Amino acid sequence: MWDSLASLQFGANGWGDELARGLANTLLLSFCALPLGLIGGLLLAFAAHSRRSWLSEPATSFAGVFRGVPELLTLFIVYFGGQRILNLLSESASSAGTIEFNSFLAGSITLGLVFAAYASEVFLGILRTLDRSYLEAARALAIGRWPTLRYILVPELFRLGLPGLSNLWLSVLKQSALVSAISGGELMHAGYLAASSTGDKIFFYGIVCIVYISVTMASEALITRFHRRLSRGRAHA
Amino acid sequence: MNRALMLLLSLLGLWAVLQLLLGGADGPDFAGLLEAAPKLLHGLGLTLYISFASVLIGSVIALILLVGLMLPWPAFKKGLEVWCILFRGTPMIAQLYLVYYGAGEIHRQLDSIHLWWFFREPLNCVMFTFVLNTSAYQARIIHGAVVNLPRELSDAAAALALPRAVTLFRILLPQALLTALRPLGNEVTKMIKASAVASLVTVLDLLGTARSLFMESFDFDFYILTALIYVLLIGGLRLVLDAAEKHLSRHLARAA
Repeated sequence: MWDSLASLQFGANGWGDELARGLANTLLLSFCALPLGLIGGLLLAFAAHSRRSWLSEPATSFAGVFRGVPELLTLFIVYFGGQRILNLLSESASSAGTIEFNSFLAGSITLGLVFAAYASEVFLGILRTLDRSYLEAARALAIGRWPTLRYILVPELFRLGLPGLSNLWLSVLKQSALVSAISGGELMHAGYLAASSTGDKIFFYGIVCIVYISVTMASEALITRFHRRLSRGRAHA
Repeated sequence: MNRALMLLLSLLGLWAVLQLLLGGADGPDFAGLLEAAPKLLHGLGLTLYISFASVLIGSVIALILLVGLMLPWPAFKKGLEVWCILFRGTPMIAQLYLVYYGAGEIHRQLDSIHLWWFFREPLNCVMFTFVLNTSAYQARIIHGAVVNLPRELSDAAAALALPRAVTLFRILLPQALLTALRPLGNEVTKMIKASAVASLVTVLDLLGTARSLFMESFDFDFYILTALIYVLLIGGLRLVLDAAEKHLSRHLARAA
């Protein structure tokens, strides 16, 4: 077992640097899912909450589809479908060769879509049970619709949604491992390469699991601190 | 009903858009799809087996773990926490690879203790991993539901001098079922989606079948059809769960 530890060194002899790069890619992939996921989730939630059914029904269905399809299948559809679309576009535009659809991009788009679908549930639940007095006070002070949204509603959604969103963040960290199926270059894929080429499978997959556990626990600790800071000055239950 | 219709229409719309963008000029290959239908049904059956069997067996193990929690072993609580961190902090795919490839690596040692015949089959490795994984989640769910029951229930049972096992199984758990129904339903949904990961270790479940069909023909419609089947499956499950929740809470006053 101890010579297995030697295979973890950085540099040409060991797999340490590949695993570290994989970890960096995992974190990067998860962070890249956040913009699409949070903004998409907000938009979907507002659409689903609206009283106009031409807005609410498609939004609910869209979120339902991406919550119902396995993430691996969504990944395949985005990756192979996107590749097809790019091929079609590049064929019609010029014949200067094909554009390759990066698996990292496919991964972050998929993770963003899935995150948006689940985040819309979280935000929708909060919108439905939000105290109307916030909006009434804003109206009484003649704060316009956009400033109300920006300075009152959205911060409140993020603050109240933090527990749900933190669960989603932990899910995204774990779903990023699925991108290894299309060779995305993140931690799971690095572990797969290391394990298959050295044959030391239990060791490397064990290391990968330990790293995921550490990242999860570190995330939970950071989020708890952030939550405490956000709730400072408020009465606690 | 309206919601289901909108869902179906949006899926068809998605499919139509993808057809326009990606499909050939001759439209979907219905003959090919029909030919593949038995294989897809077989895959669907395997998916349902994997998800439901693992949730059921996992719930039994979760109950065993919770009973162990009630016994006077202080180390057990710590062990259960470690168990939960292990299975909730790592991706399912990492756990599956660890069991599947790891068993392959130590197959000689496993053979000497007569366990290799089990871990040799990819489906068994999948079931092993999924059962342990879901047991960690379910232990937490059931524990949370039981702990939040009113104190009076266990006090009344103690006043009647009922043994602790009888209290747990005959009184507390049935009452906890209503609270736990929603998270347990989410757990079944999660398992159905997680079962897709089994396709990565050569198990021919629904996604595995779709993937092999796609690799043969490069016909994108297989993936779209599979997505449709998954959405219908989970939608149907949601309907059943809502009906069960309504049935179990029929003794409660309904909010106007």
